[in-house]
Amino acid sequence: MVDLKVKLHDIEFKNPVTLASGTCGFARETAEFFEPGLLGGYFLKGTTLKNRDGNNYPRMAETPSGMLNAVGLQNKGIDYFIENIYPEIVDYDTQLIINVNGSTVEDYIALTEKVNELDKINAIELNISCPNVKEGGMAFGVSCPGAEMVTREVRRVYDKTMIVKLSPNVTNITEIAKAVEGQGADAVSLVNTFLGMAIDAEKREPLLSTITGGLSGPAIKPIALRMVWQVANAVKIPVVGIGGIMTAADAIEFMLAGASVVQVGTAIFKDPMIPVKIVEGIEDYLKRHNMQSASELIGALQV
Amino acid sequence: MPKKFVKEFNVIENSALNATNFLIKVQSDTEFPVIKPGQFVNIEVKEAQEIFLRRPFSIFEVDYENNVISMIVKILGRGSRKLTEVKVGSKLSMVYPLGKTFTYPSSDDKILLIGGGSGVAPMLFLAKESGLPVENVDILLGARSKEDHINVDSYKKYANLHYASEDGSLGEKGFVTQHSVFTNNLNSYTKIYACGPDGMMRAIAKEAKAANVFCEVSLENLMACGFGVCLCCIEPTTKGNLCVCTDGPVFNINDLKW
Repeated sequence: MVDLKVKLHDIEFKNPVTLASGTCGFARETAEFFEPGLLGGYFLKGTTLKNRDGNNYPRMAETPSGMLNAVGLQNKGIDYFIENIYPEIVDYDTQLIINVNGSTVEDYIALTEKVNELDKINAIELNISCPNVKEGGMAFGVSCPGAEMVTREVRRVYDKTMIVKLSPNVTNITEIAKAVEGQGADAVSLVNTFLGMAIDAEKREPLLSTITGGLSGPAIKPIALRMVWQVANAVKIPVVGIGGIMTAADAIEFMLAGASVVQVGTAIFKDPMIPVKIVEGIEDYLKRHNMQSASELIGALQV
Repeated sequence: MPKKFVKEFNVIENSALNATNFLIKVQSDTEFPVIKPGQFVNIEVKEAQEIFLRRPFSIFEVDYENNVISMIVKILGRGSRKLTEVKVGSKLSMVYPLGKTFTYPSSDDKILLIGGGSGVAPMLFLAKESGLPVENVDILLGARSKEDHINVDSYKKYANLHYASEDGSLGEKGFVTQHSVFTNNLNSYTKIYACGPDGMMRAIAKEAKAANVFCEVSLENLMACGFGVCLCCIEPTTKGNLCVCTDGPVFNINDLKW
């Protein structure tokens, strides 16, 4: 028997496979395909203090080995979540983590205070890296002072595990990681999407209503992997690896590079069963390599 | 128990209906759940690295006895073109069943079903499922020319068939909204259903609204996931931005901001 359990700060995941925020709704949608308890956890859809309608259509463009999105944090706000969604998912036998977003520091604080009251939510993912909103989001995450400020202020009101989600759209991602570590982040997750663009040459128009959007999918994997490896070597807090994971081998590569937990994202648009196959694939890998525990993979890259 | 599935189906038929529309029939080795008109499948385009996402197609016919689903695939771009090249005997991975169905007519309804291009698929499926006598079901099909029309004569037993073509080579000349069935007395119908190009559905909705006749349309926005998590295929409605894949694809025109 191999042990798939991994720890991230003080919370335990039954296996290292989780779903990325913005690609798994509120875990109810994938539950129509498979038992929610098969995965380690769910980083739920980015939530804000108030309702957000998101950006105009079109919000999506397919690109080689990936896609661009410009959803813009469409959600019904934290109060709707607490009243209507939380009761429905609270008994799922898995880690549920809320991805929190704000236009201002005050928004982040007010939202986090509400989330802090929810017993089943053991962690938040502080999103300072959404590329598709005009205010807040990535604006905080692309400078050390901005990232430090949001992390520090939210730390004051949040008692449980705080994971800060980092933007790859920076010159040196290790500097941002170290900055949020210094302000009390318990873990970092990376990467959010890469700012990109697509054009319809025939019409001479952009393919997205917002002109630019976030690139995800296997196209970004090598860059994301490099960033996870750099960050894992630069900070002492654990790392959540994200970026183009399609297979168990991809997930294992991120763990070898230093990730304690991985998030599967865009892959589920291609096949909603991929995350379950990745869990099985990691188990197979551990057996083949005579390893006892998934945690042995973390940072085990031989260089 | 799962309600939605990802499964490999065997391709048992792939035949050209005309220059741009193909009939693809796939068979499962297991039974599948009840499937309703308006619902769709999301098909993986294999052996095409540049095509990352699946392509959604409305379900045309369902044969529960032989576990067969058929789709009409219209060539619209790279993905659909690649799909029409699929060989009999190969496999297709499908996510299904997705989306919601139409409001079914009641036994005293008289209905008009309007299909444009490959949009005929859910209209014919609904005609068959309606359970209404033939005299209470009119199907109006529109296309550019006779060559672009799909032969649907086998549906004569479910409905009266009417044709419109832009060049007049089949049925009445002009758009479906210029056809006598549509212009004469729209109020003789209690329910109107439409599926086809955006412009066609908007024109129909405008007239149906003016005549105050119940009308549902099936939309086809760009999709990534097909099951309500990516929030890419949204349509602005009176209830906010809704997902075409899970809140639709069928919408009542009064809920749309058209």
